[in-house]
Amino acid sequence: MQLTLHIWRQKSAGARGKMATYQVDANEHMSFLEMLDVLNEQLISSGQDPVAFDHDCREGICGSCGFMINGIAHGPQRGTTVCQLHMRHFKAGDELWLEPWRASAFPVVKDLVVNRSAFDRIIQAGGFITAPTGNAVDGNTIPVAKKYADRSMDAAACIGCGACVAACPNASASLFTGAKISHLGLLPQGQPERMERALNMVGQTQEEGFGNCGNIGECEAVCPKSIRLEVIAGMNLDYLKASVVWRPAGEESGAG
Amino acid sequence: MATTTVSLQRTARFYDSTIGKKAVMAITGLMLFGFVLIHLLGNLQLFLPLDASGRYPIDIYAEKLQHLGGLLWIARGILLGAVILHIWSSISLARTQMKARPTGYSKKDNAHSSYASRTMWISGPIIACFLIYHLLHFTGGQVHPDFQPGNVYHNVVRGFQQWPAALFYIVGMLLLGGHLEHGFWSLFQSLGVSHPRYTPILKMGAKAFATLIVVGNISMPVSVLLGIVK
Amino acid sequence: MHLDSKSPSGPIEKRWDDSKFSNKLVNPANKRKYSVIVVGTGLAGGSAAATLAELGYNVKCFCFQDSPRRAHSIAAQGGINAAKNYQNDGDSIYRLFYDTVKGGDFRARESNVYRLAQISVSIIDQCVAQGVPFAREYGGTLANRSFGGAQVSRTFYARGQTGQQLLIGAYSALSRQIGAGRVEMFPRTEMLDLIVIDGKARGIVTRNLTSGRTEIHLADAVVLGTGGYGNVFYLSTNAKGSNATAIWRAHKRGALFANPCFTQIHPTCIPVSGDYQSKLTLMSESLRNDGRIWVPLKPGEKRSPNDIPESERDYYLERRYPSFGNLVPRDVASRNAKNCCDEGRGIGETGLGVYLDFADAIKRLGKNLVRERYGNLFEMYERITGEDPYTVPMRIYPAIHYTMGGLWVDYQLQSTIPGLFVIGEANFSDHGANRLGASALMQGLADGYFILPYTLGNYLANTKLENVAADHPAAKQALDGVDVLTKKLLSVNGKRTVDSFHRELGKIIWDYCGMARTAEGLRTALKRLPELRQEFWTNVKVAGENEELNQSLEKAGRVADFLELGELMCHDALDRNESCGGHFREEYQTSEGEALRDDANFSYVAAWEWKGEGVAQALWKEPLDFEYVHPSQRSYK
Repeated sequence: MQLTLHIWRQKSAGARGKMATYQVDANEHMSFLEMLDVLNEQLISSGQDPVAFDHDCREGICGSCGFMINGIAHGPQRGTTVCQLHMRHFKAGDELWLEPWRASAFPVVKDLVVNRSAFDRIIQAGGFITAPTGNAVDGNTIPVAKKYADRSMDAAACIGCGACVAACPNASASLFTGAKISHLGLLPQGQPERMERALNMVGQTQEEGFGNCGNIGECEAVCPKSIRLEVIAGMNLDYLKASVVWRPAGEESGAG
Repeated sequence: MATTTVSLQRTARFYDSTIGKKAVMAITGLMLFGFVLIHLLGNLQLFLPLDASGRYPIDIYAEKLQHLGGLLWIARGILLGAVILHIWSSISLARTQMKARPTGYSKKDNAHSSYASRTMWISGPIIACFLIYHLLHFTGGQVHPDFQPGNVYHNVVRGFQQWPAALFYIVGMLLLGGHLEHGFWSLFQSLGVSHPRYTPILKMGAKAFATLIVVGNISMPVSVLLGIVK
Repeated sequence: MHLDSKSPSGPIEKRWDDSKFSNKLVNPANKRKYSVIVVGTGLAGGSAAATLAELGYNVKCFCFQDSPRRAHSIAAQGGINAAKNYQNDGDSIYRLFYDTVKGGDFRARESNVYRLAQISVSIIDQCVAQGVPFAREYGGTLANRSFGGAQVSRTFYARGQTGQQLLIGAYSALSRQIGAGRVEMFPRTEMLDLIVIDGKARGIVTRNLTSGRTEIHLADAVVLGTGGYGNVFYLSTNAKGSNATAIWRAHKRGALFANPCFTQIHPTCIPVSGDYQSKLTLMSESLRNDGRIWVPLKPGEKRSPNDIPESERDYYLERRYPSFGNLVPRDVASRNAKNCCDEGRGIGETGLGVYLDFADAIKRLGKNLVRERYGNLFEMYERITGEDPYTVPMRIYPAIHYTMGGLWVDYQLQSTIPGLFVIGEANFSDHGANRLGASALMQGLADGYFILPYTLGNYLANTKLENVAADHPAAKQALDGVDVLTKKLLSVNGKRTVDSFHRELGKIIWDYCGMARTAEGLRTALKRLPELRQEFWTNVKVAGENEELNQSLEKAGRVADFLELGELMCHDALDRNESCGGHFREEYQTSEGEALRDDANFSYVAAWEWKGEGVAQALWKEPLDFEYVHPSQRSYK
């Protein structure tokens, strides 16, 4: 099938970018990225610069890939990353617009590649349980009800691809941060640091320049792991509790 | 320890956090909901017939409100405060949003979200304009063709007999309906209440509530325009 | 060269404790005076970097991905083994040790494997403490499932995303240390050479993949956790970026490369659909718990699977291996699938595939339970193939998945270059000639959390390290070498793309050094590979320039290394005149077509030494002793 692609081309972070148009012949069994591979082989052979796009595992789990296809993050198929999106969902003659995630916290590195290290810094701010190697008790000492383990796993499935931010009209990272806060907050092991985690992660999210949540729901719709909006409510509740009623360790002892 | 210091610096404080502002919007929104509902119930007395003393019940109701004196002003103050906080928070959030995505997409589609949720930013300001007009129209009377203080029934009927004014009310109420529909379940989400069993009910409740407000409020200008209320 | 495994003697169950006790320690206050480089942030590298930083060392950590969370450990689906015996089904550390040595076809070091089995227990505890959401029973205890090559249920899992969850655990521990300023993280940075000073590993040369800038990083020790080399085959279940450059360049600096021909073919992958195919997707081995593998009885069957009656199906694994059935180890399952296809009984358009059927499981367990166990895998299958595995059997075929070979390390996980430690899939250590399912995650985390942090301390405490600076001639020479290589790649400006060379290389290795090997085929490969390499250096076309994000250039450097490594694999395979585990030489098989080992002549680790460009590598042998698990013909009947 013959396709027309309009792709954002930008040489480097500082350079000005523009949309460029290409023709490519694809086959319905290809994945979307394999279709771009074909385009890139053509471009290299004809002495042009291939289109840069992040990708690695190509099985929808590493979270490297992702860009907008016709204005929808990861393209038209629900619950699917672009690497798992197959060309059978398109038809000959389709015209596709490919653009990088757009957010000031995700500056473009090149073409469709953006810098998502803001996500790493959010995790560094508190997306962990302090459990230094070697001091763990036997795994079965901490029973976790199946329903909580399952819900925690639902939230933990986040692959950190950034589609939620890209799709959000406000460029909010609430689904990402909320997923991590819910993943850890639903487990007994996550309780001791729960309040600090909410304060620190929400604080860092804001510092990175992401927008606020408007409860719009675009993020949930494009999330390749179908993470639900309720994780944001969970984050909001933890944050409100932490910032209104919770007393940090120092304050506790000083209160007298 | 070093980590603690780092953590504290990262810590967002309630007032400067976007979640805090959303919570303020949610709480003030809830207050305004209550107001809108009571306001509607009061206004629907427009449809009640003249009572034994030959007065319109809505005029009596207005008079009673006026007699509350100080309490009325306290209520007005609280409402004004809520409106200001609601608007102030939304402006501040809108600025964050604009900074968060300085460059837009050349092509953007919506995967799922409702029209109302995406248009809160525009329905809000229009409703604010409507509110000012509404106050000048029926409370102060500055933009009313024939304003008689205390004579509510007369003011409403005369006001709505001018079709552009009535039309503006109808449009304003439709926007308010969308705003309320999204706002009603959204405020629970902002305050951290979400449950797979109850959130769908909240969303349905939001639709029903918004419909009630819109239909109830629109019924007045429509009735006047159609000559049912004269 | 004498390869001293430094394997402790004494009763096997006490060896690790004895070794830990005899290791020298670094005083807590002195740890902050030492710096360590960790390359790779998968389960091994990520857990090592986090743990070393917790101990107080200054850690610099590198990954080529945009975030440490994306390392390919993330794609492991099925689970992680641990000898917890939570299921009360007779499991023990000794049994896990026994299964692993036997599963590896008696080509692994007993001491290492026993230690791995011992540590497996602590790994689960550590991961639970970190908040890994393992599957649970209704009573809140940890759930287990069974896996290939074992008759007990000892595999812990988090849906079909166990690798992801374990990696996120290690990544969060690493992130905590980055946030605390104890680890300096360098994402989108690739190691391109090892710096060896006075015979010790003292640093690395890196290229910043965004700016193209090359840099020298020095430290007191270097740890490589850079994964395996399965991408030699081009089509593999590895991530597109997975590469052997770090270990290969360390090899060229003097680290011996052990058992390169021990590669694992995973039996359950989605079959190839066309020439454009860029990678193969694994379907977790756990599917074999409930799925039944079959092919039509008669060759050339054209009916759709649901129209083929039971009597005309051959459930060949259940037929041939009644006691293990569909749960035979990976090498056995893969080879049997290949044999069926060679007999013309393969299915699908290409004839390269077998069915993995869930109809019986759905009948027995109900669709909901099957969905709960495998739902995400079924969805993934449907996304890729467009077929619904709830109604039509899955089509699967073996694909390269894991490499047991890697840099040679001793019991302390130290390579033949002092100060260069190699962990996880990048080393050769624990799996012998075949790895059992759910053991890679175990090994990566054992190395990173629980072994390396001790053995590295021992090295630092015992070694006198001179101060070195970035202007040291050895460092400068390594940096210049990297720059020269980059210029060379960019200046060839030939006609063929890097990918086209990579595909051709992969085809040669798959055809001649894949599931079944012959001396003749390997000789053909050894004739063609140098020609291909030469063509690469005269006719490759690398787009763009150095001073930018240049994915074409990144690939070119990696493929150049794969071309050399592929050749070493073929040499090793040709040299090992026996069949064992994943290395199946058609000349050496039993009358029933099973692998025929030659313990008298080949019970050793083959470690190869780089002798320079175009010179044959030298073979060194580390003999393997089996004091506890006596080599026997592996039987899963």
